[in-house]
Amino acid sequence: MTSEISLSTVPAHTRHGSNIGQPLTRRDGVLKVTGAATYAADNHPEGMLFAVMATSSIARGRVVALDVDAAKAHPGVVDVMTPAHKPELAMDPDAKTNPFMFRLDLLQNDLVRYAHQPIAVVVARSLEAATEGAALLAPRYEEEPARVGLDADESFEPAAIGIGSPARIERGDVEAALARAEHRLEATYETPAQYHNAMEPHAIVAAWDGDTLSIDTPSQGLAMAQGRLAGLFGIAPENIHIRSPFLGGGFGSKGLVSGPQVLGIMAAKLVGRPVKLVLRRDQMYGPVGHRPPTRQTLRLGFDGEGKLSALHHHAKTVSSTFDDFFEPAADISHTLYAAPAILTSHEAVRADIGTPLFMRAPGEATGSIALEGAIDEAAFACGMDPLAFRLKNYAEVEPISGKPFSSKALRECYRQGAERFGWSRRTIEPRKMRDENGYLVGWGMGTATFPALMFQAEARAVLRRDGSGVMETGAHDMGQGAWTALAQIAADALGLDLDRTEFRAGTSDLPDAGIAGGSAHTATAGMAIHNAGADVVAKLAALATGDERSPLFGAGNAGVVAREGRLHRRDDESRSEGYGDILARAGLAQIEGKGSAAPDPSVQETYAMHAHGAVFAEVKVDPDLGQVRATRLVGAFAAGRVINPRMVRSQFYGGMIWGISFALHEHAVMDRRSGRILNADLAEYHIPVNADVPSLDALMIEEHDPHVNALGIKGVGEIGITGSAGAVANAVWHATGVRVRHFPIGLDDLLVPAAA
Amino acid sequence: MTFSISLTVNGVRRDVELDNPRVTLLDLLRERLQLTGTKKGCDRGQCGACTVLVDGRRINSCLALALSHDGADIRTIEGVAEGGHLHPVQEAFIAHDALQCGFCTPGQIMSAIGLIQEGQTDGDPERVREGMSGNLCRCSAYAGITEAVLDAQKKLAEAGGTDAGRRDAA
Ligand code: FES
Ligand code: FES
Repeated sequence: MTSEISLSTVPAHTRHGSNIGQPLTRRDGVLKVTGAATYAADNHPEGMLFAVMATSSIARGRVVALDVDAAKAHPGVVDVMTPAHKPELAMDPDAKTNPFMFRLDLLQNDLVRYAHQPIAVVVARSLEAATEGAALLAPRYEEEPARVGLDADESFEPAAIGIGSPARIERGDVEAALARAEHRLEATYETPAQYHNAMEPHAIVAAWDGDTLSIDTPSQGLAMAQGRLAGLFGIAPENIHIRSPFLGGGFGSKGLVSGPQVLGIMAAKLVGRPVKLVLRRDQMYGPVGHRPPTRQTLRLGFDGEGKLSALHHHAKTVSSTFDDFFEPAADISHTLYAAPAILTSHEAVRADIGTPLFMRAPGEATGSIALEGAIDEAAFACGMDPLAFRLKNYAEVEPISGKPFSSKALRECYRQGAERFGWSRRTIEPRKMRDENGYLVGWGMGTATFPALMFQAEARAVLRRDGSGVMETGAHDMGQGAWTALAQIAADALGLDLDRTEFRAGTSDLPDAGIAGGSAHTATAGMAIHNAGADVVAKLAALATGDERSPLFGAGNAGVVAREGRLHRRDDESRSEGYGDILARAGLAQIEGKGSAAPDPSVQETYAMHAHGAVFAEVKVDPDLGQVRATRLVGAFAAGRVINPRMVRSQFYGGMIWGISFALHEHAVMDRRSGRILNADLAEYHIPVNADVPSLDALMIEEHDPHVNALGIKGVGEIGITGSAGAVANAVWHATGVRVRHFPIGLDDLLVPAAA
Repeated sequence: MTFSISLTVNGVRRDVELDNPRVTLLDLLRERLQLTGTKKGCDRGQCGACTVLVDGRRINSCLALALSHDGADIRTIEGVAEGGHLHPVQEAFIAHDALQCGFCTPGQIMSAIGLIQEGQTDGDPERVREGMSGNLCRCSAYAGITEAVLDAQKKLAEAGGTDAGRRDAA
């Protein structure tokens, strides 16, 4: 994998040493438990002013009046930024030059295209004055009727879904296979709009110094943010310095620079002072992306023994009126179940909403709950146990492509998960299990899956004469544990103890670490680190093995092993030399290496690469009130090499709780008349609280994947939500006999008697 | 018109002039006293990120007006570790990985210290979950949080009494 090294000239060395795989506690833990970790909004440069956005209270129309005078007259208010009074941009915010560029609302005109769209920014000497000034703007609108929801308008087939995927893919002849099938099942599932709601609202502290811009803002993609801002402001990317050492959660909402973050920079430019702009919670329900609603129809053909012959997964979704993001919900059906004929198709409508975007497992989460529900229905139609049904249709190769899997330990996930859960004691019939208090008990399951992706990244490694090392890459820690896991990889790559390894990340002046998304950050940044370490160790080894004064002289092709700050001859470990001695003899203070990572097209061509898992859920339902509680979840996941089990478990738990939330808690409720979200706050937009999550178990199933990347890492950030949501929903059916096909499942859905 | 108040924050007396009666205790701490450890997640009492102890009791500081806390004794996350030693609740949060992004963590820890002082949970995980349910965690570190609170509570009880507030540097 390390193209920079040729084995014939440079001795190889062994890595995957003593740091990878250790359940270390978070290296940033002390900062985070003492309040010393600095998030964007915690910054306070000298002379800083406060900016507060005014956002639209209508979903469609025009702003016809703003009382700028009243706001400006308010004590403490310094300026009011409006479409008529703002710094010029170098680029139209509605221009789009690549698929990762999304249109932004930067006060370019008086149009309102969704509720909570920014319409002005008030800058003041105190947060209170800015807030009061924004309220004084008292906007008046010319309002047009809002187009709302999945039936807002005529639908169409998008040119592409997700990022550049085809809207429709077919293998085999689904219609013919359905016509011939012994049993057919058709079910329509609806999923609601959901909002990321990271606990940290989007925030920015921006300061200009001439043509140089310095900003603190949470970012899951520093280099992309730098490029985007450079384009908007017409300055060189290297003139933009972004600090994002800690994100207070991202979940996809901080992957791309959002409009409000750019407004903070514009405000700073307008007033010529540093400015802090922090979103109010309700302002996060519009301009920073969300998961769009879907209506998915599953059509399955199968025989009496439960063998699938046809699978059609159709998904309808919603995008904004002015940009294209189409949730690829049906594509989950490409990989999981071995139907000989598979069709996935998408259609979409446009509505007056902020553009939806990537939200933790975009497509996979929405698609999974529908697919797993339909599979559960089919299993019951055959009188089969849902696990037996899934095993009957186990995909030995990727169904849509026919490619072999690079690795797939799903059978083991099913087996160990089922055993830990006690699945074999489940009744096939629903509404047959009760606990000692008379609650209905239901057990359900779902299969988890997420693609093993890789992006591009770079890293720089340094070994110093004092025996320490540095690894640099602009990686992002949004809670997944990059500060720890990547440092572990770095230490092993350098052949150093962790406490001799300085790991630098989180700022835009470091090598590009790619984007923290697609569950690919550890693999991507990790491989760049791994290769940078290999490069610098190889350079060091070349110094030693070519020097007759070194005990390693002439190690040649036998190679050396880098361990604990020393190089050892592979064929005679007693012959070794410390890094510092090698550098000292060469008269060098330090030595540098570089590494990069990228997906390997030939591997992608040959293999289907995915992480897998199985989730088993228990719910209890009050038979009189219909109240549901998810009482127990067991997940078993196979996701390649685990770098830090403590942090990986937290990722699995987090994903599983998002699954519970998908099935039972969260949704944005849209007012059909106004196009406004009725529950744009954390009291009414329900996410699980501690009491909603009694018992979780996540098993890490051994999996060695020689193909995904040299480290064998797949990714764990998103897979937990897939499978879990369906498992909980299926458990609700098993408890009650009521099949609810829209989410979240509420007690009102369960107060009807079991369907006949 | 300005308003003068004085309060004790983490043991230090602070005299504050406020130019605006609407300043919340949270914004006073964050924007005027530069104690940014306490976080703002919603600004309306719905998330618990801003939890601090006022006269030993946990409150949402975003819902409290600074002006109405003249004379109060405030403890924030910055005042929990003493003499370079982490508080047992802080140690337990690290040990049980009761945090991911860490943004809710200061609030969780202050809430946990408050909860332990309230002495109502009896080491029962269900009561801990209930008592910690005013503090949202979108990363969903709840399993670790519950374990950490139970663990810290036990250690504090063993160390003598439920005075969770302090741990001797010895
Ligand atoms: S910020 Fe105070 S409760 Fe959310
Ligand atoms: S640790 Fe991220 S919100 Fe709790």
